[in-house]
Amino acid sequence: MDLLALRLSFVLAGLTTAALLVIGLPIAHWLSTTRWRWKVLVEATVALPLVLPPTVLGFYLLVSFGPRSPLGRAFTAATGHTLAFSFEGLLLASILYSLPFAVQPFAAALARVDRRLVEAAHGLGASPLRTFFVVSLPLALPGIVAGAVLTFAHTLGEFGVVLMVGGNVPGSTRTLSISVFDAVEQLDYATAGRTSLVLLAVSFAVLVVTYTLQHRSLLA
Amino acid sequence: MRGSSLVLALAAASGAALPALARSGDAPRAVSVAVAANLKPAFEEIAAEWKAKNHGVEVRATYGSSGNFFSQIANGAPFDLFLAADAEFPARVVEKGLAEGKAFTYAYGKLVVWVPKGSPLDFDRRGLAAVTDPTVKRIAIASPQLAPYGRAAQAALQAAGVYDAVKDRIVLGQTVSQAAQFVESGNAQIGFLPQSLASVPPLSDEGRSWLVPPSIYPRIEQAGVVLKGAKSATLARALAAFITGAAGRAALEKHGYALPPG
Repeated sequence: MDLLALRLSFVLAGLTTAALLVIGLPIAHWLSTTRWRWKVLVEATVALPLVLPPTVLGFYLLVSFGPRSPLGRAFTAATGHTLAFSFEGLLLASILYSLPFAVQPFAAALARVDRRLVEAAHGLGASPLRTFFVVSLPLALPGIVAGAVLTFAHTLGEFGVVLMVGGNVPGSTRTLSISVFDAVEQLDYATAGRTSLVLLAVSFAVLVVTYTLQHRSLLA
Repeated sequence: MRGSSLVLALAAASGAALPALARSGDAPRAVSVAVAANLKPAFEEIAAEWKAKNHGVEVRATYGSSGNFFSQIANGAPFDLFLAADAEFPARVVEKGLAEGKAFTYAYGKLVVWVPKGSPLDFDRRGLAAVTDPTVKRIAIASPQLAPYGRAAQAALQAAGVYDAVKDRIVLGQTVSQAAQFVESGNAQIGFLPQSLASVPPLSDEGRSWLVPPSIYPRIEQAGVVLKGAKSATLARALAAFITGAAGRAALEKHGYALPPG
């Protein structure tokens, strides 16, 4: 069992989830309230990683991480190392890859919040920001937690993108899924079996939590 | 998936309906070959030549890492011929009783260091010590566990006494092709690659390569084996003979391989 990979995958999934709470909640809030006619374009963009093969995302990332792209050059100039094959690069890739898994449940949960309560809060003089944190967020919490849990689980299971931009570096880009792939390719089925069992157990637990929260939010 | 099974069903149905059109009995007209990634440029040439000589018998090549192919073959992958990047994987195929006959050596691989145009690294003067240069952030090699050229690269770095200094900068491709892609895209500054890949476009156009002295890494003996259960063992044997014959040897030599005694 590859403990280094286990730790790396959990850290990566945790940081991706945290980042997507910060980035995803404003996007979801905007999507659930805007009446802009071109909102569908934003919705489609957010959902793209659901449809695109990880190889397409991986290919674009590999090219945009390289020195021929402004992003790649700026990152190398700032940090002295390349974005590809680094933990930071993997984190950026995971945030993009898991974006719909966070934003869609967040937006759905926020859209279910009773408009009258939000308007009442406005009427009583609360600022939009205060209304969001005091009224919308607590009411949408089960859906938001479900989105966060899904994001965590989806990042844990990420494979194709990591394979393409990770470079298989122990401790910084060799994640659990890559470690299983390596073990299987080397016919080390015992190691592959142990690591897979951990992923299976974690994934099952995560889904039980997600569905429990979803049922609760539907009943509420 | 659904589309391809529909196509297969249609092909089967039309085959059944038109027996009169079937050519010369039901001998297979295609041979499936698992080919080590380093061999791609040479094999494409050899396969085209062979196809022309054999009235259009299809060669279905899959390119990948020898380790990956070995595990697929051990699990029943339907290949007819396996052309590996080393002699060990074919030997293990034979050992497992999955081979038809013995393994045969078809070439010896050469390892090069490839750097993009404009790289300041001077291998001619500094030898492999140049990899310790501070401008080198990442060194791409193929996975030593899966790809013999990765093992050779690791051995060469160790023999040159620089492995410990640079081991944190090494990134692993699943195959030599992925290692090539890492360095060609500019994400790594150096790649350890087979000469066969570095000496053809796009790599030959976009950078330069330096031959790693063969004395500092174990010889890369590339062997192949015809697989038991091959749907077309006769074709697989014929193709193997063609590769080790005059035409195959000429193509292999042209692509930067050394040859076994003929």
